[in-house]
Amino acid sequence: MSSIESTSPGGAAVLVRPATPEPPPPEIVSERARIDESCAVPCLVWFASSLFWLLVATVFGLVASLKLHIPGMHAEQAWLTFGRIRPVHLNLVAYGWGAMAAIGVMLWLMARLSRVPLRWPAALVFAAGFWNLGLLLGTIAILAGDSQGIEWLEFPTYVAFLLFVGFAITAVWALMTFAQRRVEHVYVSQWYMFGALFWFPWLYATVQVLLLLVPVKGVPQAAINWWFGHNVLGLWFTPIGLATAYYLIPKVIGRPIYSYYLSIMGFWTLAAFYNWAGIHHLISGPVPAWLVTVSTVGSMMMIIPVATVAVNHHMTMRGSFHLLRYSPTLRFVVFGSMAYTIVSLQGAFMALRVYNEPFHFTHHTIGHAHLGVYAFFTMIMFGAIYYIVPRLTGREWASSRLIKIHFWTTAVGITLMFLVLSIGGMIQGFEMNQASASLGSLMDEHGFFGGVYEFFGGFEVQNGAVPFLDIVAGTIPWLVLRSLTGVLILVGHVAFVILVVRNVHAWGKQRRGGPTLFHELPATATPALATTTATTTQTPAGGEERA
Amino acid sequence: MNYASWLFLGVFLTFAASWVALVFIPNEQLKGLQSQRDEITGELHPAPFSGEEERGMRVYVANGCVYCHSQQVRGGDWNADLERGWGSRRSHPKDYIYDVPQQLGTMRTGPDLSNIGVRQPSAEWHYRHLYDPEITSPGSNMPPHPFLFEKRKITGARAPDALKLEGEWAVEQGWEVVPKPGARDLVKYLQRLDQSYEIED
Ligand code: HEC
Ligand code: HEM
Ligand code: HEM
Repeated sequence: MSSIESTSPGGAAVLVRPATPEPPPPEIVSERARIDESCAVPCLVWFASSLFWLLVATVFGLVASLKLHIPGMHAEQAWLTFGRIRPVHLNLVAYGWGAMAAIGVMLWLMARLSRVPLRWPAALVFAAGFWNLGLLLGTIAILAGDSQGIEWLEFPTYVAFLLFVGFAITAVWALMTFAQRRVEHVYVSQWYMFGALFWFPWLYATVQVLLLLVPVKGVPQAAINWWFGHNVLGLWFTPIGLATAYYLIPKVIGRPIYSYYLSIMGFWTLAAFYNWAGIHHLISGPVPAWLVTVSTVGSMMMIIPVATVAVNHHMTMRGSFHLLRYSPTLRFVVFGSMAYTIVSLQGAFMALRVYNEPFHFTHHTIGHAHLGVYAFFTMIMFGAIYYIVPRLTGREWASSRLIKIHFWTTAVGITLMFLVLSIGGMIQGFEMNQASASLGSLMDEHGFFGGVYEFFGGFEVQNGAVPFLDIVAGTIPWLVLRSLTGVLILVGHVAFVILVVRNVHAWGKQRRGGPTLFHELPATATPALATTTATTTQTPAGGEERA
Repeated sequence: MNYASWLFLGVFLTFAASWVALVFIPNEQLKGLQSQRDEITGELHPAPFSGEEERGMRVYVANGCVYCHSQQVRGGDWNADLERGWGSRRSHPKDYIYDVPQQLGTMRTGPDLSNIGVRQPSAEWHYRHLYDPEITSPGSNMPPHPFLFEKRKITGARAPDALKLEGEWAVEQGWEVVPKPGARDLVKYLQRLDQSYEIED
């Protein structure tokens, strides 16, 4: 077959190589239609909410960024001061955008992989209501000056309670779906989701009790704070991001995962090592040295799961990279998976004292943070939403141009943001610690290139020699550039929200005839069969071992 | 046991191990720390918070100073915390026994404040700096905090702690800028930040 076909319900692209098996029997097709129907309302509610918070959070991020180089901007407004805007940005990207998108994706994946429709979907809408109310109250509280003052946990306890109820409902639903699964085999994505569903409430309950309800004294607070801060990334966002990639990559390219054994190994090494890494946020700080050492070892060990996943995904993709030209889902997800490898390898080295001490307190860390939460996790969530929403609404994406805008603004935006923060942060770190003169002063003396050469080439260690205000001045150009990359990303988010709104409301001209791809598939192309999930087999392309 | 039970057990045990090691044990190890009494002056180091300091810490938290200021002087070979004069020694867990929530921080857009009470004891300096950092530190990107101050008509005598504002910050004749209670408490809290005592182990 050589043309794109979209056999409804609601097909986006699945590009399958010609040698794939026959279309599945009609009962599978109708089963999937029933599952998608049961997911439609709850998943769309969680997605719509996540996108609302994404926009709000992006604006807050941008305002925070602007305030770092225009400190006088609206300074008379207490609620707009940097120290309130920034935690709102963080909490809304983490719990508003990130967690809500993750839950929406997870519910759908769980139902599809377990081959059972969601029961009582209304309860999940109810849960989203709790969650949204919590976010709204939490945002107001931080802006009003009622923050808890603990990074990643600024929301007041009553908000944590609302989030907890919302989470408990979705977790019970997802686990019930898993328990009723009609397939013997448990796919690797399900392991990751199972882990995440179990770890998150434990994490969140522990910190709420030990930090807020009956707080422990002194520096153990910091240890607990970062045990949570790192685990919420590594044992909540990361497993859901990986579960999604493990599902979508094989699904879209129509090939099974390269190696079942690597999948197992990747999962269990992640479960074994990630949770030890948290104290690398306190390197050389006032905590017992053994704690930091344990975490540094844990961070280094993380290279095993990361390399495992990287090899597994790469080998699965091998021979299919040309499909990145066509499928939006695939492009976002592969971008995210590559970022996962990069951010994690960077992270492992950031946990070494020699790398950490100079750069720990600088924008370099913020660069790593955005590489992780954005380039890895967020990009994969974008890809997943491109894949799932057409199956829920029965409509294709209205405009391939808007998808292109979304991809290029965010991909270029985050890459530049990462570079700008990493380089700017590195200079800041050298100046704060080892440099004998600031880059700026050397440039004044030796000209632009001469100054760069003197700073990096003629490096002479002289601890603490650069006046602090010179360091501040040196960061300003990088902070301005970061704001510009933030504008680019905001444009991409607006394009994405327009696409989703048009799809859900069936507004504007609708596309007919096939999934929305970046480019039309050439009639003679090898990967010619484009179908919906309705015509591929259940576990991605029918199994996990190498075909 | 079926597959899901193994999965559950594995996921539980790996996580429980780190919970014990990183949450439970550090607290057990450190929860007994107490402040020490200076034999000559009789002062407690660190001292418990006074009411003002406590309220000042809430102002510090509410306005997110921690997102730009750390409160920890590090040890280690690859940083210049001591050379910068941010402290006379490395910070110790004992220094923080009264801090709830801890404000160790992860960012130094601005300098470390563990010892700001030693480095900058002057309340007057702090008021002007908080009102607008450009006054004391040209080129600073620390946000001005004018909302912690009140501009009011002078009735009778000028208030003793009214800010001395000159140049572009000067206010009209007959007006003055005074710190609100929040700013006063905050400065009391900043003045308390002092790790200059020796730690006895
Ligand atoms: C956007 C980041 C930012 C925020 C938020 C911030 N500061 Fe600063 N702060 C700085 C920078 C940069 C400097 C160094 C330049 C200067 O003295 O203004 C500084 C300097 C200081 C100093 C002087 C330190 C020294 O060694 O001389 C004090 C005290 C201070 N800040 C207190 C605070 C307090 C209290 C808050 C919260 C109400 C706060 N800062 C919020 C960035 C920030
Ligand atoms: C195994 C892989 C990883 C390791 C070893 C690692 C290591 C680190 C280290 C050492 C820091 C602290 C830097 C500092 O403060 O000096 C850090 C911060 C951070 N990392 Fe990673 N990282 C890894 C993967 C990830 C991933 C996958 C994500 C995103 C999902 C991520 C997101 C972040 C964020 C957001 C921060 C900043 C936290 C904060 O200060 O608020 N990291 N990481
Ligand atoms: C318009 C785009 C964005 C801009 C301009 C922006 C800007 C910022 C700024 C200014 C900070 C505070 C840094 C500091 O304290 O110095 C920050 C922190 C953070 N942002 Fe963003 N952000 C953007 C988008 C996002 C998105 C979409 C995500 C994730 C989904 C994200 C995740 C984070 C995280 C995790 C932190 C905390 C980092 C840390 O604690 O070290 N940001 N961002």
